[in-house]
Amino acid sequence: MSTTNPPLPEFDIDPRAFRTLADAQMGVELDTGDMILNLGPQHPATHGTLRLVVRLDGERVIAADPVIGYMHRGYEKLVEFRTYPQITTLINRIDWLSSFANEVPFIDAAEKLMGVEAPPRAQYIRTILTELSRISTFVLFLGEMGLQVGALTPAFYGFRDREHVVNLIEAVTGGRFHPNFNRVGGLKDDLPWGWVNETRTVLKKIYDACDTFEDLVAGNEIFHARTKGVGIIPPEIGAAYGVSGSNLRASGVDWDLRRDGAPYLVYRDLDFKVWTHPDGDSFARYWVRLQETRESCRMVLQLLDALPSGPIMAKVPRIIKVPEGEVWTEVENPLGQMGYYVFSKGATGPFRVKIRSASFSNVSILPWLLRGVFVPDVITILASLYFILGDIDR
Amino acid sequence: MTDVTPTDPGEPQEPQESSTATAVEEVAPDPHALDDAHAELLARFENELGAAVLDTGKAFGMPIVRVQRNEWRRAAEVCRYTLGLDFLSYVAGIDWMPAPKEGGDDGGSDTSSPVQPTETTYGITGSDGRYQVFARVQSTHGNVGITLKVDVDEDALLVQSWVPVYPGADWHERETWEMYGFVFEGHPALRHLYLPTGFEGHPLRKDYPLLSRVVKPWPGLVDVEAMPGGDDDAAAEPAAAEEAS
Amino acid sequence: MSALSFAVDIGWGTTLAIKTLVILMIVPATALILGYTFLLKMMSHMQSRLGPMDPGGFHGWFQLVGDGMKFMQKEDIMPAEADRRVFAMAPMVVVVSTFLIFLVIPAGPDIVVKNLNVGVFYALAVSSLSVIGVLMAGWASANKFSLLGALRAAAQLIAYELPLLLAIVGVVIQASTMNLQGIVGAQSTGSIFGFDGLGNPYILTQFVGFALFMIAAQAELTQTPFDMPVAESELVAGYMVEYSGFRFLFFFIGEFGTAFAFAAIAATIFLGGWALPASWGLSVGLMRFVGPAVLFAKIMFVAFLMFWVRFTYPRLREDQLQALAWKVLIPIGLLNIVATAILKVAM
Repeated sequence: MSTTNPPLPEFDIDPRAFRTLADAQMGVELDTGDMILNLGPQHPATHGTLRLVVRLDGERVIAADPVIGYMHRGYEKLVEFRTYPQITTLINRIDWLSSFANEVPFIDAAEKLMGVEAPPRAQYIRTILTELSRISTFVLFLGEMGLQVGALTPAFYGFRDREHVVNLIEAVTGGRFHPNFNRVGGLKDDLPWGWVNETRTVLKKIYDACDTFEDLVAGNEIFHARTKGVGIIPPEIGAAYGVSGSNLRASGVDWDLRRDGAPYLVYRDLDFKVWTHPDGDSFARYWVRLQETRESCRMVLQLLDALPSGPIMAKVPRIIKVPEGEVWTEVENPLGQMGYYVFSKGATGPFRVKIRSASFSNVSILPWLLRGVFVPDVITILASLYFILGDIDR
Repeated sequence: MTDVTPTDPGEPQEPQESSTATAVEEVAPDPHALDDAHAELLARFENELGAAVLDTGKAFGMPIVRVQRNEWRRAAEVCRYTLGLDFLSYVAGIDWMPAPKEGGDDGGSDTSSPVQPTETTYGITGSDGRYQVFARVQSTHGNVGITLKVDVDEDALLVQSWVPVYPGADWHERETWEMYGFVFEGHPALRHLYLPTGFEGHPLRKDYPLLSRVVKPWPGLVDVEAMPGGDDDAAAEPAAAEEAS
Repeated sequence: MSALSFAVDIGWGTTLAIKTLVILMIVPATALILGYTFLLKMMSHMQSRLGPMDPGGFHGWFQLVGDGMKFMQKEDIMPAEADRRVFAMAPMVVVVSTFLIFLVIPAGPDIVVKNLNVGVFYALAVSSLSVIGVLMAGWASANKFSLLGALRAAAQLIAYELPLLLAIVGVVIQASTMNLQGIVGAQSTGSIFGFDGLGNPYILTQFVGFALFMIAAQAELTQTPFDMPVAESELVAGYMVEYSGFRFLFFFIGEFGTAFAFAAIAATIFLGGWALPASWGLSVGLMRFVGPAVLFAKIMFVAFLMFWVRFTYPRLREDQLQALAWKVLIPIGLLNIVATAILKVAM
């Protein structure tokens, strides 16, 4: 063994105890001085229906067990009964805050198998819309993490500033949340007239919004006190659990699939910086996303300047039949690494699709991460990991 | 029945419509070729594991290796400690059996689903039987990763667990167990993750029907009146289904 | 209220009845005013939204009155496992504590329910009663979240009593009296280095005390950044979570009424209360009318500061909160007292 072996997860209590407690609908229970507390599934801090069963000693967590699946829609089963365009409609409901970004890797997988390449203009527009989705979801995060920590006001600013970006996406795709805009071979429609200039204006607003968040939230001493040193994820443990995206970059790992992964969309032509932070605590995760929002704004400006003209759809048959093969696409989604492993047997729909969603792995580290923290820190950690329930539960 | 020509995944893919061979041979770059880093990684992996490697393949620049059943955990250890692949992407399962047609051979009520071929094929690197577990690990310090596959014996349904090596495999293996029924030896507590406790059956297996389509045929009863003068079914069936018959 | 004695000669019992009635009407009214102005309107505008606009016509001023009426007619829901009598009494205890503070706050030269000689001491003592109410509410709710909230609240409220006290002691030393009318008079007739145009509002000399008082009052009211007991995103209203209907209305009145009361005390002991500087030569009769208005303006200013901080800052964690009280605020308070005492004797 050439590398040191980080400590394996120890289970402080018999995990079978949780099998009955977490799965059964139990009420109040006191157990030899420790208290079992149920955070969720309806709770303001867990973004959606996540249930966190924690065993508390006073205000300290001894063990935590996330219970997921309240939103499980069975995507991997559903896609076996659908054609590729139908699946596009389904999968943008995985991460609904940046739904455009979920469609693209799947469409990319289908295009690879078919040997079709979307024209350059379509690639650029896809990249622009992906980055806009990233901006919209991160701006919301910047606001609502303040809310989880107690500051009521930044959340409203987050929603307000996100509205500008969502309106942009709606102007192009027709949908605020679920664009369903990608087609195998390109896009459904071209950009509307005047959209490019409107985007430039909006990006300026987002830049100012980032400055506001930096002053109001990231610069606040109480926010520092609540987030610094809280929920530190060591890089090796994070990687072993599959934590990805901004969470891993906040632990100092310089890894971004847009720069390091297989060539995807037009990221290779872009000049952008990958932000990391050495600490790995909740504040680092907030700070990294703040910088990445600004970086995404810069990227969109570069893309708008370099936007080529031309068709937005390659020549593909009316009925999409994808030849036999296997392909794996992995991309840097706002939440982390998202991937689709598509097994095709030549039909109009895939044989099996394995959807690798980022939040599933990000949340799987919670039993390890939450040992020994205070209850308020649990909330801070949940907020800083930034998961979406649709992404966990598929 | 759809006519499917299985293409060798090693050859470059062509768009379906143009199957005419042109007189001029164009040397298209192989889309599956591994770049240097991946080729080196694959070579080192085969070196370490030796006889445990049953088959290798590649798909669009990604190496795929099928390992022996009782070397699954050792493969993980090699990946993590020797090859430096510290990031676990996922562990999942696959059932290669084609889904039986709903309603038997007379043709089911579900006419809109894509019709899959009825012969069983096993994809790149093949398989012993119906079930396989596949996983992907990557390195965070570069752009290399590898996909590993292992066969699961249909009668025993046992796989070695990766949890002692990659702690993140915990949830992935729980999900694979509840969806396929594979028991992971060495896993601390295989219990339901997505499905409620006491759920019977393993949904992602091909013989487990999609209950919503059994209960209510797609596209279901559409309660609109027929178009005036139109004899077609008011429910606009996707055109894709028509080609099948 | 001897103000009434110049108009008509009424007996002791009637005076008591009138005073009780006035207090009972004023306290909810002040809660409503504060709630509407700051919670509904100021917070909304800070958050780029409008707040209520329709009820009552002009910017929705009737909203809270309507809310109050709504609460009064709701079903009285009690958790099945709750301790019924304690559950019912808890809001009463909190509200009684609020009402009692209003007894000593002077609004004019002789507009005060009871001008106690130990006014400041009484106000502090009585404001601590609400801790018991909070504990009763949390325990009786038979709900783990409520219990967590109540225990946090108890620890916090008790811890922050001391900085509150120490801040006030500085003023008491400077004014040489605990009587609130006396403190008002001392500020009004005082002078700053011989310049008596502004009187001597103690906020200038006791600025440390003012800061301490505002922080401690924020904590006593369990407002952000000290609202751990009611941490909305964790405990979802903490010890109040099982309360609905008119019982919740009492908690609401208690919370905002106490906010008004603390703002009134701050305005009285630091900003000069109902009085304008004596050098302006305003007659006592005029001050009987202007006094309440002046006091109200000063209260609104102090309340504005409190709520502004409330809507801006995140909340401190419980242990950080305690550390702040015990390790930072109390030593500063003690130093403030020492400095005040030395300066008082020396000058």
